[in-house]
Amino acid sequence: MDIHEYQAKAILADFGMPIARGGIAYSPEQAAYRAKELGGEKWVVKAQIHSGARGKAGGIKVCASENEVMEAANELLGRRLVTNQTGPQGKLVGRLYIEEATDIAREIYLAFVLDRSSERVVCVASSAGGMDIEEIAETSPDAIIRVPIEPAVGMQDFQAREIAFALEIGVAQLAEAVKALKACYRAFRDLDATMVEVNPMVITTDGRIIALDAKMGFDDNALFRRPQISELRDKSQEDPREMNAADRGLSYVGLDGNIGCIINGAGLAMATMDMIKHVGGEPANFLDIGGGASPERVAKAFNLVLSDEGVDAILVNIFAGINRCDWVAEGVIQAMQKLDVPVPVVVRLSGTNVELGRQILADSDIDLITADTLAEAAEKAVAAAQFHQSASADTE
Amino acid sequence: MSIFLDQKTPVMVQGFTGRIGTFHAQEMIDYGTNVVGGVTPGKGGERHLERPVFNTVKAAVSDTGAEASVVFVPPPFAADAIMEAADAGIRFCVCVTDGIPAQDMMRVKRYMRRYRKEDRMTLTGPNCAGTISPGKAMMGIMPGHIYMQGNVGLIGRSGTLGYEAASQLKTMNIGISTSVGIGGDPINGSAFRDHLERFEQDPETDLVVMIGEIGGPQEAEAAAFARDHMQKPVLAYIAGLTAPRGRTMGHAGAIVTSAGESAAEKVEILRAAGVGIIVRPSEFGNAVAEALAAL
Repeated sequence: MDIHEYQAKAILADFGMPIARGGIAYSPEQAAYRAKELGGEKWVVKAQIHSGARGKAGGIKVCASENEVMEAANELLGRRLVTNQTGPQGKLVGRLYIEEATDIAREIYLAFVLDRSSERVVCVASSAGGMDIEEIAETSPDAIIRVPIEPAVGMQDFQAREIAFALEIGVAQLAEAVKALKACYRAFRDLDATMVEVNPMVITTDGRIIALDAKMGFDDNALFRRPQISELRDKSQEDPREMNAADRGLSYVGLDGNIGCIINGAGLAMATMDMIKHVGGEPANFLDIGGGASPERVAKAFNLVLSDEGVDAILVNIFAGINRCDWVAEGVIQAMQKLDVPVPVVVRLSGTNVELGRQILADSDIDLITADTLAEAAEKAVAAAQFHQSASADTE
Repeated sequence: MSIFLDQKTPVMVQGFTGRIGTFHAQEMIDYGTNVVGGVTPGKGGERHLERPVFNTVKAAVSDTGAEASVVFVPPPFAADAIMEAADAGIRFCVCVTDGIPAQDMMRVKRYMRRYRKEDRMTLTGPNCAGTISPGKAMMGIMPGHIYMQGNVGLIGRSGTLGYEAASQLKTMNIGISTSVGIGGDPINGSAFRDHLERFEQDPETDLVVMIGEIGGPQEAEAAAFARDHMQKPVLAYIAGLTAPRGRTMGHAGAIVTSAGESAAEKVEILRAAGVGIIVRPSEFGNAVAEALAAL
C-alpha cells in the first residue's frame, strides 16, 4: 500500500526526521489560506498523487504570492496528472500540499528498501539527489552507497555516520544527519514499510537537513497489525477494477490486450498469459482467482474481466487440484448462464476428474469452446478474439 | 530416502486441529505419509485424526520423534510457529501459510542463523504448495495423484503451475523423484540454489526442472550454481513474460523492481549458464522427454 507525500512526511517527522512546514488543501481557497498561515514570501504547491516524477509532469509549482498559490491550486485540483509511473490514464489530484519554500544548498538521495538478496533492510544513498535511483544506477553506479542493516539490533550510529561521511555531509550537520537516517529506519521497521524514499533529502543554505520529498510503501501482509496505516489509504489513487477485485479476494492487474484471463494460481496465470503471447495474442489482464475456484469466484471473475470493454475473448484455465474438474465445470456453466457473456469463452480444465469435467462442458447447451492443453487453449482464444473483433467491426 | 522425506519420515502438523490443517493432514495421511501428530497450543492432550495433539512442538518431538513439520498456522502467528519448529529440532519444515509479513520472515531467517549449518532446519515456503516424493509421502496441499514416481526433480515457486508441469510429465509417462515448492513470497526459507544442491547429490534424480518467475535474485543465483557445481542437466521455465514492471502479479514476490528481475533477463542469465530453457509453458513434457533421451 502506498501513501501520499504529506502523510509520509508526517510519519517521518514523528520519528525525528526534520521536514519543512506545510499544510494540506482540498480547494484553492484552502490553499491560499494555508499559504497565509505559513507566512513567508514563497511557497510550493505540490499535487498529492501516488507517483514519483510529479515535478516533470507539472505537479509541483513554486509560487510567490497567495494569488499565485490560488491559481496553481485551481489548475491542479481535479486534474489527472500523467507521469512516467502512472500509465496513460494518469492519477487524479484530489489534494494539495502547500509547503514553505526551501533554499537548497545540496540534494541527497536516501532510501530504505527490503533487499531480497541479503534478506535485510538496506539503506541506499547517493550524493546525486533529485534524480531517480535508476538514473543514478545507470549514470554513476559507483556513487551509490548501500549499507545492510542487521535486523536483530537495527541501524547503529556508526552505520549512519559512515553513510553521512560517505555523502560528504559536513561535521556541522553530522548529528542531524545521523538522527534523520535513524528516523527513517525506525519508521520502516516499526510500521512494516517496504520502502522509505526521501528524494531529495536536502541541506539548506542555512545548514539544516530537511526531507524535501518523501515516499513510503507498506507491506499489505502486515496491515492487519497497522490499522493506523490502513487509515491512510486513498482509494482515488487505485485502479477501480483492481480495487474491486481485491475487495472480493481476487488478484487482478489490468493490461492492454484483448484476451481476458480467468486462472487459478499466480504462476499458472502468468504462464497462461505467456502462452497467449507466444501464439500471437495479448492478454487483457492478470487474474488469479485463488486455489479454490468455487462457482461464486468464477462468476465474480467473469464480471470483473467483462468490465474491461477491450476484451474480445475470455480464456478460463483452471487446474483442479484439491477440488474437482466436474465441480469447476458446473461453476463455469452456472456463471455463464447467469451472466450472458457477450464474447467467446474458451475453457480448459485439468487435474482431478478432468474427463468428467470436459464431458459436462461438452454436454451443456452453453456456447463455449473447450480445449485440452494449454497450447490449444491459447490458440483457440487468440483465434476466437480475432473472429469476434472482425465480426463486431462488420456490424458497426 | 528421497531428498527430504519418504513413507517412514515422522511428520507433524502445526495448526493441526484447524479447518485447513485438518483437511490437508487427512489428505497427507491418505497418501501414505507417516503423520505422527500435531500441535495446537491449548489443545494438548486431545486426540485428532486418531493422533495425539500437543501444546508445544518440543513436546510433540520428544513424544513422537517427529523430524518434519508442515505449518498451516494463520499469517499473524506463522513466523512464530516456524521458529518454534526450528528450536525444537525439526529437520525439515514446509510452511504453506500465505500472507506472512516480510519483516517477520526477515526475523525468521535471522533467527535460524543462530544454529550451526548442520543443525539448521531446512525451511521451504512460506506461501508454497509443499513437497512430495511421489509414491512415498507428501507434505503440503498438492493433489498427490497427479504426480508419477520417477527420476526428475522439480523445484517451483507456484502451486498450480507446478501441477501443470507434473501433469504434462505424467502424460508423457515421466515421473518425479521429489517436487519442492519454495513459494511465491519475497523472502522465503530456501531458494532454488539450495535444492539444486540436494538434487545433484540425490541418487534418485537424473535431471532437474526449475519453474521460476519474475522478481528477486534467486533464479540468477541458481544459474551460477548450476554452471559451477552441477553435473546433472537443469531445465528452466520462467513465468511472467507479459508482466509489466512494478506491478505485483499475485504472488507478493512476483514483481519486477530492479535490473535482472524480468522474465526475459532471467532467461538470458540461465541460458548463459548452460541451463536448458523451456520457452513455452506447454512444453514441459516434450522438453523433459528430449533432455532425458539425451542422457
